[in-house]
Amino acid sequence: MITARPESVLAGSGAVSPPAAEWEPILPGLIVLLPLLGFVLNGILALRSARYSSAALREGRDWDPFAGPRPPATHRLPTWIGPGVMALAFALALVNFLGMMAADPHDPVVRSYWGWIVTGDLRIDAAIQLDRLSMIMTLVVTGVGFLIHVFSVGYMGRDPGYPRYFAYLNLFVFFMLVLVLGSGFGTMFVGWEGVGLCSYLLIGYWFSDREKSDAGKKAFIVNRIGDVGFLLAMFLLFQGFGTLDFVPIFAGAEDHFAAGGVTITAITLLLMLGAAGKSAQLPLHIWLPDAMAGPTPVSALIHAATMVTAGVYMVARSSVLYALAPTSQAVVAGIGVLTALVAATIALQQYDIKKVLAYSTVSQLGFMFLAAGVGAFTAAIFHLVTHAFFKALLFLGAGAVIHAMHDAAHHGDGHLDEQDMRNMGGLRRYMPVTCAVMWIATLAIAGIWPFAGFFSKDEIIWYAAAWAGAESNPFGRLYAVYWGLALLTALITAFYMTRLMVMTFHGANRTGKTASSRLHEAPSVMTVPLVVLAVLSVFGGWINVPDALGESFAGLWGALPMSEWLHHWLEPVTHTAAGIQVAGMGEAAHAAPVGGGEAVWALVSTLAAAVMVAAAVRFTSTRRYVRAAEDPGPQGGLRRFVYNKWYFDEVYDAVVVRPVVAGSRWCWKAVDTVVIDGFVNFTGNFARLAGWATSLFQTGQVNMYAFVLTLGVLVVLGATVFL
Amino acid sequence: MLIPALYLSVALFVIGTLGVIVRRNAIIIFLCIELQLNAVNLAFVALSRYTGIEGQLYVFFVMTVAAAEAAVGLAIIISIFRHYETVDVDKFNLLKW
Amino acid sequence: MYGDWILHALIWLPLAGTVHVLVSSAERAKNVAFRWSAFVFVLSLGLWWAYEPGDGGFALESSASWIEAWGVGYSLGIDGISVFMVLLTTFTSAIAILGSFEYVRTRRKAFYALMLLLEMGVVGFFLATDIFLFYVFFELTLVPMYFIVGIWGGERRIYAAVKFFLYTAVGSLLMLVAILYVYFASGTGSFGYDAFVNAGLSLREQLWLFAAFALAFGIKVPVFPLHTWLPDAHVEAPTPGSVILASVLLKMGTYGFLRFLLPFFPDAARHPVVVAVMLALGVIGIIYAAWVAAVQPDAKKLVAYTSVAHMGFVVIGVFALTLNGLQGGMVVMISHGISTGALFLLLGMMYERRHTRLIGDFGGIGRAAPWFATAFVITALASIGLPGTSGFVGEFLALLGTFETHMVVAAIAATGVIFAAYYMLPMVQRVLFNELDRPENRTFADLSRREMAILGPLVALMIWIGVHPTPFLERMEPSVQAVLERVEDARADAGHTLGGED
Repeated sequence: MITARPESVLAGSGAVSPPAAEWEPILPGLIVLLPLLGFVLNGILALRSARYSSAALREGRDWDPFAGPRPPATHRLPTWIGPGVMALAFALALVNFLGMMAADPHDPVVRSYWGWIVTGDLRIDAAIQLDRLSMIMTLVVTGVGFLIHVFSVGYMGRDPGYPRYFAYLNLFVFFMLVLVLGSGFGTMFVGWEGVGLCSYLLIGYWFSDREKSDAGKKAFIVNRIGDVGFLLAMFLLFQGFGTLDFVPIFAGAEDHFAAGGVTITAITLLLMLGAAGKSAQLPLHIWLPDAMAGPTPVSALIHAATMVTAGVYMVARSSVLYALAPTSQAVVAGIGVLTALVAATIALQQYDIKKVLAYSTVSQLGFMFLAAGVGAFTAAIFHLVTHAFFKALLFLGAGAVIHAMHDAAHHGDGHLDEQDMRNMGGLRRYMPVTCAVMWIATLAIAGIWPFAGFFSKDEIIWYAAAWAGAESNPFGRLYAVYWGLALLTALITAFYMTRLMVMTFHGANRTGKTASSRLHEAPSVMTVPLVVLAVLSVFGGWINVPDALGESFAGLWGALPMSEWLHHWLEPVTHTAAGIQVAGMGEAAHAAPVGGGEAVWALVSTLAAAVMVAAAVRFTSTRRYVRAAEDPGPQGGLRRFVYNKWYFDEVYDAVVVRPVVAGSRWCWKAVDTVVIDGFVNFTGNFARLAGWATSLFQTGQVNMYAFVLTLGVLVVLGATVFL
Repeated sequence: MLIPALYLSVALFVIGTLGVIVRRNAIIIFLCIELQLNAVNLAFVALSRYTGIEGQLYVFFVMTVAAAEAAVGLAIIISIFRHYETVDVDKFNLLKW
Repeated sequence: MYGDWILHALIWLPLAGTVHVLVSSAERAKNVAFRWSAFVFVLSLGLWWAYEPGDGGFALESSASWIEAWGVGYSLGIDGISVFMVLLTTFTSAIAILGSFEYVRTRRKAFYALMLLLEMGVVGFFLATDIFLFYVFFELTLVPMYFIVGIWGGERRIYAAVKFFLYTAVGSLLMLVAILYVYFASGTGSFGYDAFVNAGLSLREQLWLFAAFALAFGIKVPVFPLHTWLPDAHVEAPTPGSVILASVLLKMGTYGFLRFLLPFFPDAARHPVVVAVMLALGVIGIIYAAWVAAVQPDAKKLVAYTSVAHMGFVVIGVFALTLNGLQGGMVVMISHGISTGALFLLLGMMYERRHTRLIGDFGGIGRAAPWFATAFVITALASIGLPGTSGFVGEFLALLGTFETHMVVAAIAATGVIFAAYYMLPMVQRVLFNELDRPENRTFADLSRREMAILGPLVALMIWIGVHPTPFLERMEPSVQAVLERVEDARADAGHTLGGED
């Protein structure tokens, strides 16, 4: 017994966590660097090919890289470089993840490469931090990212700007990895703004289209509003800790800040402002629906799976800080649940397939923030992961539909909005695979057992309920309301997603006779990623099956070792926050505000969701839709209100945009031109006037000059003599 | 002997000054300026008897300057005459503004 | 030894170049001028290594008596603040001369002679450690710039040149009076830097003198509301003039703050009212200029106003009186010199091709000139302070430093980050993006090799400073620290000064 190695003693006993084993990550910097390499290579190709196209433009001819039998090298190589670097990065991330699982280190591993900003007592390193949370995020970013890159090969393959597209996409992944792997708020901010830049570039990818580049600009500016919050939060943190690195801040936060203090509340609220900008939460959600102007794979990668979840990641990363600020948590949860509800209602009345998905994304992000607000940081990350699977799948599926509709529209009669669901219908016959995988994703997002979304969404709703009943939660009643709204939103979600599916894939086809003959299933380079994501959407939720459900549901999960795996995996990251919360508010309740345990409510919600799906199928398929061109749009006050997105854009335009522009004009025309330059020109003109007046004395008559001179001499002489 | 000399000097200077002011012919004005200079020269010479040799020294300076001035001034007057065919100073006011 | 002659060489070689340009033919003038300026730049590069930060005081000092009767010396020295200003000057001078090859087509000899003379004046200004000498160089820069704007400028060039000259002259004459006051008050009979630092002025004197100096430098910076000469001068100036104006001449103002204003009048500089006024002006400058920039139809005027906004960050960074703030101010100065210089060069290239500066006359250039568009976008992003570019490092440090002492000011100033996007992105969009609807823009030529050679180093610098600013920060830190200590030491014996006042 005495000679036994400690590891073998501890192995098997689940009660004691094993000691932090030494773990050497394998080339972690390369994970970040590979996409950057891809960006550089694709960027060179993009600039080369752009030279040809601009030369052709000057000579007044069309340049089609795909005219010949084989596209030029600039349009062949990105197919391999773009997804290639992603595959390598994913493989490397996976190797490191497996290594981390085997070694099971408790503490994060920080690798510093160089001192980025070093001056005085400020030191921000260009460093990455590998821990359980960042590895999960890295896997999602590189894994889902890789699939979307592959899909893009099919979707964007005939686009003249193909290499530029992959350059931007690789650059995005680079910044996203900087964001999730950065070892402090400073490094995170680099990725934070960097992904905003890539989002801007990719939304406005077809920059010749004014509407699209407008959307990119809007995204960037709204994001920057959030970024100011992030910046100020960083300043406050630096003032408190003298550093921006995660490890010392989170280790010292508990000692440094009194729970519920002003500073910590300010920090967390400012961080939430940043998160609201990046993750499109109220009141800064307005950019995300417009962002759908970008290519559809971009919407899948940036505006569904990864970038918009950065805010959730950041809040989860700062769980310790949020746990110390219950007021902020109530705000976070409130913003989350309100966003979820508002966006879900808007999604009910949209006809653009991507707009529905965009509002669905906003709504689901709201759920994640609700999770963070109720202290269920694991649930937030869990929903982030499953959402990345099924929402990426939905967007890519929508991309496949749009791809088909695009080809059809080219051969159809007259103009055809290829994203308007009123022009679709009955696509199931033409695109069976896409239809099947999108149904899987729909059931997942609707929260139907046993798809991925069921487990993650249910956990969030359950935690809201449990949190509302926590012994000394100061906002208990409020959280009970949140719980009710979350349940309602979950049902709306089931409805609008089913509506989308029925309008798109079922019923009669409304594409038009000539056009519909061109509808086709997507090529396999696009369907294979869809199928992979569909598999993940089914099984992805099993990484964190709650114990309560594992026991109740047919006993199937009791046998699996996966029970609450993610929860345990993230424990080293979240346990400090959990400890603070338990200390501050006591244990969460074991029943919802109106009674009933976790398993009961899970059953209720999945049944209700199923009913909603059925209701939506019935409601939508009995309704007769006419083509977009003939449709007058929604009638009735409430419907129009929802269809017009609660008039958020109009209100902002009237309250913010117009006053700022008018103020700018006033500053220029009134202050600068009239007041300041008026004064300057007045002094100039005054001098000129005075000069003109005195110049009248200059008659040019020399005699007179001599006379005045003499007179002057006499006056001076007289003055000296007589005075 | 000093006082009468100074009176003469003042008288000459005033005559010169009045001439500059009232006469119209540029040549006359010029001569009046010479008169003023020589009035000052006279004062210098008269005073040098009491103050030292410097007074007489300055006279040479003034004469040199006067000679240079006469050369330049007459040249200007000639070129003005060539242009306007008159030396009446009321007729030209180039110095205006 | 390099250190013995380099400072003198940097001042007098451009003058030699001026003479050389004047005696060579008009056709060769541009090449001669470029070679001289490039030669000076290459020589100046050695300063990067020759300058050892040490304790932050002047290095490579050399001094000769000039006007002995008045205690005026020809004294030069360099420290961690001026070394970057000198490098920026020699660098942008060479770049600006190279960038003027197509733009300047008349009176070329005179133009290049004036450009080199201007370089001499600016370098001299940054190197002088004698106040009289500094003033001479300060005024010397005025003359070439006046002619560059007034002769090679646009339609309203005379108005702009005179406005520029008079604005600057008003400030500098008051400063001359203040200099003379300090000269006599110090009682040492010397115009040396140390004599001025140790002049032992009372708070009341300091406040008046501070006002005079601040007016002179504030006009140069320019600080709101003394900025209206800048948009006019920039719009009318030829491209190389704008580049030098933005990159270097504005820095003379903020450099003056650091070099003269704070060390000479420390009690005034940390007087709460003074600090409040300067911070308020800085913040107003940031937001006001951003707003005004956003509604300009003329691209060059827009960029001119952004200069005011950027320099606002320097002002708040300096008057926050924290190390981070001052360091940030320094980095903003360097970064602004590079990115705004590059923007003016890009606008100049647009003007050369299309003979218009109105944003509305462009659109869709990204399709016609992709390399141009790439350079434009990177430069614009550096200008609005995207992380990974030089602009971010500066603005971040300046805001952080301000936040340490004046939270509200920093919070308001931080909104300038939003407004930066508000003025820059619409311009980028309306020039590069949107429909390529004008036929004359379809033939918009992409960057030539010469233009790439101009923009390449600038873009590389923006990214280098953005990714690895530490070599810059560590070189300037001791000198910035010395300035700060000077202000803070005065704080220590402030009671004495205040007591002496009554």
